[in-house]
Amino acid sequence: MIKILEIIGEYFLFLWRVFSRPEKWHEFFKKLIYEMNAMGVGSLLIVSIVAITMGSVITIQTALQIESSWVPAWTVGFTVRTSVIMELCPTIISLLLVGNLGSRITSEIGSMRVTEQIDALEVMGINSASFLVLPKIIASLIVNPILIVISIFFALLGGYVTVLLTGVVSAFDFIDGLTSFFRMYDVYYALTKTFVFAFVISTVCSFYGYRIEGGALELGEANTKGIVVASFVVLVLNLVITQIML
Amino acid sequence: MIEVNEVSKYFGEKKVLKQISTVFEEGKVNLIIGRSGSGKTVLMKCLVGLLFPEEGAVLYDGRDFHRLSADAKKMLRSEMGMVFQGAALFDSLTIQENVMFPINMLQKDKSDEEKLERVNLCLKRVDLQNANNLYPAELSGGMKKRAAIARAIACNPKYLFCDEPNSGLDPKTALIIDQLIIEITHEYGITTIVNTHDINSVITIGESISFIYEGNMEWRGNKDNVLISDNELLNDFIFAQPLTQKIRDLS
Repeated sequence: MIKILEIIGEYFLFLWRVFSRPEKWHEFFKKLIYEMNAMGVGSLLIVSIVAITMGSVITIQTALQIESSWVPAWTVGFTVRTSVIMELCPTIISLLLVGNLGSRITSEIGSMRVTEQIDALEVMGINSASFLVLPKIIASLIVNPILIVISIFFALLGGYVTVLLTGVVSAFDFIDGLTSFFRMYDVYYALTKTFVFAFVISTVCSFYGYRIEGGALELGEANTKGIVVASFVVLVLNLVITQIML
Repeated sequence: MIEVNEVSKYFGEKKVLKQISTVFEEGKVNLIIGRSGSGKTVLMKCLVGLLFPEEGAVLYDGRDFHRLSADAKKMLRSEMGMVFQGAALFDSLTIQENVMFPINMLQKDKSDEEKLERVNLCLKRVDLQNANNLYPAELSGGMKKRAAIARAIACNPKYLFCDEPNSGLDPKTALIIDQLIIEITHEYGITTIVNTHDINSVITIGESISFIYEGNMEWRGNKDNVLISDNELLNDFIFAQPLTQKIRDLS
């Protein structure tokens, strides 16, 4: 228990160092653009594929579950839209990004630690935590919500294509369901979750990479720990935010 | 001049440095020698501020480094250059960008032309004038060390720290690196501190030598008296290899 509290304390001290004014704004923006490109473009394909398959599966499952003359046909589109926007995309895609972006962040910072590149920055008098991590956090806060919005689009598209190909429900009813009883609050709720998850993914994984002591073996361990802890925190916060906002 | 006064460093219960005191002389190559695990790297990390000693002080021309304000510490760090054991070049940057990096970060008033001129001068000094656009992964071990030296001297440091600059290099390349270190030290009047267990370095560039054994300062001297010392621990270290033993027996 004391060990866990120590790690939490270390994490907040790390954040204190990260959130300081960048040494040079030009370098900061250069790194920010680089990170946004690497994170966004690098994750786009996998996010799209997962979203399309997720949309397809949830459409087929929903259609089979509520196959009854008592339930109107548009319910399928309505249920798919609601579950995709409110839960599946913000949470499942964020968990996917823990594995994709999180492990990339831990490995990158961790290997810089192992090869003394972080020490080199410190000897130059540069706040290495801020210099390396802050652009990643800001990039993640910008890119992750965009990826989630794109994934929502692809998930609904996947559902629509599935309806066209399988005929589990008519395309008209599906579209009718997608556009019925739309609440903007659901989108705010999804984006709030995404922002919080993006912060958790980037900071937790950076923290585990930054505090590595040792070599390649410790780098692998830190990667696994970073992913496990970030995933756990994302799931717990998902529950907390849902309780608060709904 | 750098003075180390009674510095002790603990890792948990273990005392790694035991009230070490020594002086690193200005404008000279000062070696810290000792066996692996004797505390050389820990001492160097205490000198550059990567570790905080629990006891004692490190004085840079009278300035107590670990007790300076953050701004004063930053100012003092801008007077330092360091060559790490594995070179520690930034993988994602070219050699030119690596050498340019400290200039960009620390000498904000220089124009782009002046910066580039300085980078080219440093690369030429270490004989890497054609490596500007190469990445660290494309260089050999010796070239990486030379690039690291170029980066370390880019901002005209007053103090140069080299942690095991010859590790992993063949004897010929190691000699080139040693030669480069001593030339640069005298050319720019830098106070250089080199951490090594390479006997060749000891007898070629050791203008001032501090020998550490199990965290204690055991002996101080220079290359002229290191081979004729009556300190047993030092002799065990210096004449540990069959080749040096043979030379001693012959002489």
